[in-house]
Amino acid sequence: MDQQIINAIFIGSIYALFAVGYTLVFGVLDILNLAHSAVFMLGAAITYTLVANYGQSFWVACIGGMLVSALMGLVIEHVCLRPLRRRQAPPIAALISTIGLALVIVAAVEQGHPGSLTAWLWKDGANSVAFPPNTVPNPTWHIGDLTLQAVKVAIIPICIVLMLLLGYVIRYTQIGRGLRAVAENARAARLMGLDVDRMISLTLVISSALGGLAGILFGVALGDISPYIGREQVEVRGLAIIVLGGMGSVTGAVLGGYLLAMIELLALISPLGSGGRNGIAFAALFLMLVLRPQGLFGTRLRERI
Amino acid sequence: MDFFISLFSDPVAFWNSHTLLIGQIGINAIIATSMFLVLYSGQLSLAAPGFMAIGAYVSVLMANYWHTSGVLNTITGAILAGVIGLLVGLPVLRLRGVFLAIATIGFIEAIRLGVILNVEITGKGLGLSNTASADPLGGINIILVSAVVIVFLVWRLTKGRLGNAWSAIRQDELAALSQGIHVARYKLIAFVISALMAGYAGALEAHLTFNVDPGDAQYGVTRAVQVLTFAVLGGSGFVLGPVVGALIVTLLPYVFNAAGPYINIVSGIFLIAVIIFRPQGIVGRGGLAIIRPRWWPRARASAPSTG
Repeated sequence: MDQQIINAIFIGSIYALFAVGYTLVFGVLDILNLAHSAVFMLGAAITYTLVANYGQSFWVACIGGMLVSALMGLVIEHVCLRPLRRRQAPPIAALISTIGLALVIVAAVEQGHPGSLTAWLWKDGANSVAFPPNTVPNPTWHIGDLTLQAVKVAIIPICIVLMLLLGYVIRYTQIGRGLRAVAENARAARLMGLDVDRMISLTLVISSALGGLAGILFGVALGDISPYIGREQVEVRGLAIIVLGGMGSVTGAVLGGYLLAMIELLALISPLGSGGRNGIAFAALFLMLVLRPQGLFGTRLRERI
Repeated sequence: MDFFISLFSDPVAFWNSHTLLIGQIGINAIIATSMFLVLYSGQLSLAAPGFMAIGAYVSVLMANYWHTSGVLNTITGAILAGVIGLLVGLPVLRLRGVFLAIATIGFIEAIRLGVILNVEITGKGLGLSNTASADPLGGINIILVSAVVIVFLVWRLTKGRLGNAWSAIRQDELAALSQGIHVARYKLIAFVISALMAGYAGALEAHLTFNVDPGDAQYGVTRAVQVLTFAVLGGSGFVLGPVVGALIVTLLPYVFNAAGPYINIVSGIFLIAVIIFRPQGIVGRGGLAIIRPRWWPRARASAPSTG
């Protein structure tokens, strides 16, 4: 039981880290970036490839994974979002273009067999892999009947520090003021002399780097890296989290991540068992939206997509 | 390419060898029309796969346990989906935009993960055997005729009083309300009709295969996203738009057959390209968008300025 609570906290940290990126883009652009879960997967996949196929050390690979994820943010902005914004397309069009990009990323990794065109990116096809043992130093402690693995425990402070840092940047720095101004009203921000396009690029870079890092942490802690981890593990959960926390609210996304992990834990230990776990989470999401659509921590309802 | 050559050189053989594909196109066209209807009334609802699941499971279960006729099963499935649509629509339709989309995703996943995969009678993850009533080749005429009839009916609906009300709501809900349009009622009507259609399509689709598969690609988020792609890619301003979208998306694997294992990469790039060059959809007003990079020189007016 205690063990499960600790596991819920660490998986909640990963959810939170992932959802923060999701909600940041929604807050600034009012667009759901559905390629975010593909970036999550790509971060983990690149890190694994650098370690297993190119023989880099884990730390170099981590930085490589995050860099590629951040670059992917720029790709999302320049390929999927900016052309549509220039044309003043309805925001629903951005949903489709980001879905298209997610399809491309997942397919590129999925088709990476030795000898295929994307073998440089990934060699294990659709299989699920784990980091080779001893890549990451992983001392394990036993306290009472609890088992604490360093890689899992370390995730919690990493996530908390990153989220505090993000909160500081958004609230107190010049860049953060710019982001908030664009989120509030892009046209007014442009009139005030802000480079709105650059701010949006920056948002996507931050968001994607966080998403990629969440993927890396997920891969390290759970030992499950496959082309489908984004789609299966976090895509819809991320949506649930940002709704629980209130769309566009960073604090809400953090708390929502932990909350969703706890709800899933409750469903898991309830008589419904693991089968009911997902169903319960979605039923909770549905009820939440019907009863309190602004989320637990959202203050106002903005209606745009 | 062989695909298209055979389509034109020998249509009869094409029909015989691709009957299942044609049936799937017809079903996707019905689902796309159901998606069109909710979008036309200004609601971004992704609930269609949930209603399809209800239609499919109800009709197959009736065939398996009560041995009733296929027509009755299909109609019961559709009506039950409509009733559930009414029950779900009542609380959900207060939500707008992306909130409605996420709530309906919650609905379809609660149906699939919470009910279908957990209840004994639906066969859980193994799916439901449908050998009693499945008729993969015989059902195609019914499917195509229903698709045409449904598209026609929805087109008529959009031209009438209901359609005007939906249009007004889509463009500006507040303005529609102030013109005396009962917004909630008209939205609910669109939602329930679309649920009926999705349930009907689901029931028909279940008769194409011998096993009802509760996978994500069938009744989950993946399917919901695919249905949304039909509507947005084809253009959601006119009823034929989503049908064209359904046709194109369903045919993508055949069109890009030459890409082999890289088919999804090519389809993804195609999807991005279409939506960037035609954000209003393939069937929509306006021409092709020209994307001009910032460093590309702007076309200059030839006459010198006199001012």
